[in-house]
Amino acid sequence: MRRFAALFEALDRTSSTSAKRDAMAAYFADAPAVDAAWAVYVLGGGKLKRTATSTELRLALAAETGYADWLIDDSYQHVGDLAETIALMLPGTEDGGDDVPLHVWMEARLPSLARLEPSERIELLREWWRPLPREQVFLVNKLLTGSLRVGVSQRLVVQALAQWADLPTDLIAHRLSGTWKPTADAFLALAGPERADEHAGERPYPFFLASPLEQDIDVLGSVGDWLAEWKWDGIRAQLMRRADGALLWSRGEERLDGRFPEIELAALNLPDGCVLDGEILAWTLDEAHPLPFAALQKRIGKLKPGPKLLADTPVRLMTYDLLELDGQDLRERPLRERRAMLAALVEGHGPTLALSPAVDASTWEALTAVRRESRERRTEGLMLKRLESPYRVGRKRGDWWKWKVDPYTVDAVLLYAQPGHGRRSGLFTDYTFGVWEGDTLVPVAKAYSGLDDAEIGRLDRWIRAHTIDRFGPVRSVEPTHVFELAFEAIQASGRHKAGVAVRFPRILRWRTDLGIRDADKLDDLRRLASG
Amino acid sequence: MDSDLLLPRPEGLYCPAGDFFIDPMQPVARAVVTHAHGDHARSGSGLYHVAAAGTLLMRERLGADSVIHAHDWSERFTLGDTSLSFHPSGHILGAAQVRIEGRGKVVVVSGDYKRDPDPTCAPFEPVPCDVFVTESTFGLPIYRWPSMRTVVADILDWVDECRDRGVPAVLFCYALGKAQRLLAELATRTDRTVHLHGAMLRLVEVYRNAGVHMLPTVAVSESARGKDFAGELIMAPPSAAGSPWMRRFGKASTGFASGWMQVRGARRRRGYDRGFVVSDHADWPGLLRSVDDCRAKRIYVTHGDGEALVRHLRDTGHEAFPLRSLGGAMPESRSSEEGD
Repeated sequence: MRRFAALFEALDRTSSTSAKRDAMAAYFADAPAVDAAWAVYVLGGGKLKRTATSTELRLALAAETGYADWLIDDSYQHVGDLAETIALMLPGTEDGGDDVPLHVWMEARLPSLARLEPSERIELLREWWRPLPREQVFLVNKLLTGSLRVGVSQRLVVQALAQWADLPTDLIAHRLSGTWKPTADAFLALAGPERADEHAGERPYPFFLASPLEQDIDVLGSVGDWLAEWKWDGIRAQLMRRADGALLWSRGEERLDGRFPEIELAALNLPDGCVLDGEILAWTLDEAHPLPFAALQKRIGKLKPGPKLLADTPVRLMTYDLLELDGQDLRERPLRERRAMLAALVEGHGPTLALSPAVDASTWEALTAVRRESRERRTEGLMLKRLESPYRVGRKRGDWWKWKVDPYTVDAVLLYAQPGHGRRSGLFTDYTFGVWEGDTLVPVAKAYSGLDDAEIGRLDRWIRAHTIDRFGPVRSVEPTHVFELAFEAIQASGRHKAGVAVRFPRILRWRTDLGIRDADKLDDLRRLASG
Repeated sequence: MDSDLLLPRPEGLYCPAGDFFIDPMQPVARAVVTHAHGDHARSGSGLYHVAAAGTLLMRERLGADSVIHAHDWSERFTLGDTSLSFHPSGHILGAAQVRIEGRGKVVVVSGDYKRDPDPTCAPFEPVPCDVFVTESTFGLPIYRWPSMRTVVADILDWVDECRDRGVPAVLFCYALGKAQRLLAELATRTDRTVHLHGAMLRLVEVYRNAGVHMLPTVAVSESARGKDFAGELIMAPPSAAGSPWMRRFGKASTGFASGWMQVRGARRRRGYDRGFVVSDHADWPGLLRSVDDCRAKRIYVTHGDGEALVRHLRDTGHEAFPLRSLGGAMPESRSSEEGD
């Protein structure tokens, strides 16, 4: 663990991606394979089972230090991270202390917690903490609460592995995709020579991700070089047909098996050895447009959907790419060819496996006009894909663009604030905004992002000086400041006080030119939701 | 109530019995100043009482024309119906606690203080009193300072690393107090010359004249144009970060020495490559120890995260209050990001 803690510190200290990559590559070369495997898993954002609750951690900290609950809470609010708060409040050992290998923590120690009664768990936590240096207390807490964010992307981990193994990054990315199990063998296999049947298993192909189109549309050249499709608002998924059935992977590379039985069933009619890329959408047969994303959310949560849910909220896979056919990897073939093969493949499979239609337009102007229909078609805009492009790995700019419609906007008043986490810990950065209903301001949206550091600092000082009331970490402030918020969609909602729920709200700008009476009314939002 | 001896006023903490202000924010007739930091020592007042050990620094801050009365440690002097004396607070060179005796009561205003050893100033002296006014810049138990020995070793390791990589090491820290303390601490382990930002030159000079032993220093501006600073240690105030002045160092590695560096989020937010935990303020154990040492019946807590300290002191059997509960209008205390 000491070696991993040193790696973590090296990663945490630098903002240079090349320095981070070098540090990881050096660690992979140096650490025992079984520990390195876990490092790959953890740094790459692999799911960790939560083996202790934050309440148990707080209880263990209170028992170990004798500090009052409120003081632990105040400290946590200041630090913004419970694992770190504990590491800072415990006496800690100076240099030295225990050096239990990372894989022992991951495979033996942490899982053993799950089998204990809460009171035993708390005792064991305290025993573990005592001989550990501060930085290891922090890491162990992070690992047992199921989250460790180090400021490295999965892509950077892949690059570091490629550097260490001296192999192409795309190959490493593919080898890591799907449910990669961290073992010494699996780690060493990452560096093995490339085999011809590399892709034949259950691992999904790494997804190709589109970038937002920020420049003018005409810089893309001739409209005839591009395929335009609707940008669907569903779940990106990869459907794999293998000899023994069908597998469905989400873009987060999680298996969706069982959640969408109608798609898996339809996939059985596909020939063995093919892989399709598309979007899962909730869509009833008699409707021209998909159901709102909220309907699909009901399906995501259900591992075994019942007959009523299946009938009310059926799903379909809107397919848009073909990565493999007859066991052959097609990703290097141009989109023009892949798309033709896909059309032939899904032809006659009914609406459950549909082909995402091309949006035809002979000029950019015509396409711009069609794009205005996006909202009424319940889409987020258009996708533009270069017809000659291969299917690439990850987010690579140039061949796939998402051309979203402009977001909705609303002018709303800052009502509540609470401290942020991580880089923003100790600063009031999580805001709740309201709009007018008669003479009262009703909360309608929470937003975290959109202000720059100077604005965050200014607003933080203002919030501290103008707090009216406190509810735990949340402060209510004098209604004074108006912000323009952007959001992607709005729906009627029984679960929200305001009766509407907005999707992806964020701050566009601080409207210092507006007073609170200039903020929007709830009725305006309701109209958008019904429209 | 103790408000008969000290009252918060918009100008600062006021003693009606002695007709003086402590660390006034605005010009007043008679000022008693604890130490030379800009948020405590402000020019324009008619007359200043300061601790003798800090006179040279006070002259720097208050201007050559200011009327300054300097007093030795523990020397009694009278203002109105009160008797005053200065006692070391261990914060920076010449930093003092003020002991005020009057109306049958003893009040000690700590100013800023720390309990950790510091080769540049006299150590904090616990002064028995009835009322103790304490700072609480770092008033949460997450703040416990590492030993200076460890921090000095970390800083030197970092400079070595920079030398291996062929880049300059720019260490940001406050120009008054922190810079000199680091220069003195580093002198116990190395004798390499440190390059200084212009804002630090005069203050380092004042410390040298006061007899503080520090590493040899040279002004960055004295170096020839185009000098290669690779592997050198450079010290600069935080305001120089991101300024055009930094350009001469190319791809430098940057560090910040401050108590706030204890928290990872604060470290990452500021975007320095390295954070070194060094503070001239008391950490949580230091605050509690000082409250115990002075055996006051009543504790008043100034700026920072005072609320937690007040509540904790009450939980542990002390009579404690936030200073603002004295009533009156205190000026807004400095933001917690600024103290260090």
